[in-house]
Amino acid sequence: MARVVIDVMLKPEILDPQGKAVEGALGRLGLAGVTSVRQGKSFALEIDGEVDDARLAQIHDLAGSLLSNPVIEDYVIREVTA
Amino acid sequence: MTMRIGVVTFPGSLDDRDAARAVRIAGGEAVALWHGDADLHGVDAVVLPGGFSYGDYLRCGAIARFAPVMGPLVDAANGGLPVLGICNGFQVLCESHLLPGALVRNDSLHFVCRDQRLRIESTTTPWTSEYTVGQEIVVPLKNGEGGYVASEAVLDELEGEGRVVARYLELNPNGSRRDIAGISNARGNVVGLMPHPEHAVEALTGPTTDGLGFFTSILKGLVEA
Repeated sequence: MARVVIDVMLKPEILDPQGKAVEGALGRLGLAGVTSVRQGKSFALEIDGEVDDARLAQIHDLAGSLLSNPVIEDYVIREVTA
Repeated sequence: MTMRIGVVTFPGSLDDRDAARAVRIAGGEAVALWHGDADLHGVDAVVLPGGFSYGDYLRCGAIARFAPVMGPLVDAANGGLPVLGICNGFQVLCESHLLPGALVRNDSLHFVCRDQRLRIESTTTPWTSEYTVGQEIVVPLKNGEGGYVASEAVLDELEGEGRVVARYLELNPNGSRRDIAGISNARGNVVGLMPHPEHAVEALTGPTTDGLGFFTSILKGLVEA
């Protein structure tokens, strides 16, 4: 069983009102000095069998089409565990 | 011959019935298309209605984009078939890359539901030909993720090519860049609109009947074609 973790974040130039709301809440709860919060998504895939180059390429394709919208988001494959 | 306008129902579509009703009130035949359909049943144009397809999971429209019916729809749209995406339908068109840009969470973070004044900016599309440039209309708007965003270059291109179809007046309800409420593709046959003209086609249920023009436009255009 392999595990692949993909993180998706809004591009820096896209306003993130959810992150702003969280930033405000953190301040109200006493955490000083927070200058920015960006909220993203994380996808953890459990996959039967091996993640070879072909499968990783397939995951990249889908990370850049289904899991993220390249107009507003960037993705990184953070973890590949065999 | 009665023009046949397809209305796609995805799991979670809400406004497919109203869109079909608007087509009928305008004098056309509404054809129900199912998300799992492998073809478009020979319709003359398609409306992608509002709602919350696939629960808006992942991103609005992101999963609907891969529905079976979208394959033939994207091909047909690229070939010139008139397509109108309303609200969630606009989101699906952006996710499908039939229209540039994307729709993101309202800057207020609130779901907004109001009667919205718009200015029609382009009447060269088959969906807006019955309006006049600069005409002001009031139709319902209801969205949580209706903020239109695109790069400055894309926004300049849209403005330069006259592809901003409608703009918000009086109040920008969702943080859309340059008050954009609706846009078209370069050819003009594909239009995305965040407010809901299909809810403003009858005095009994709408704030106005200003929305009917989208449906009479397409029907008139198709008859003349």
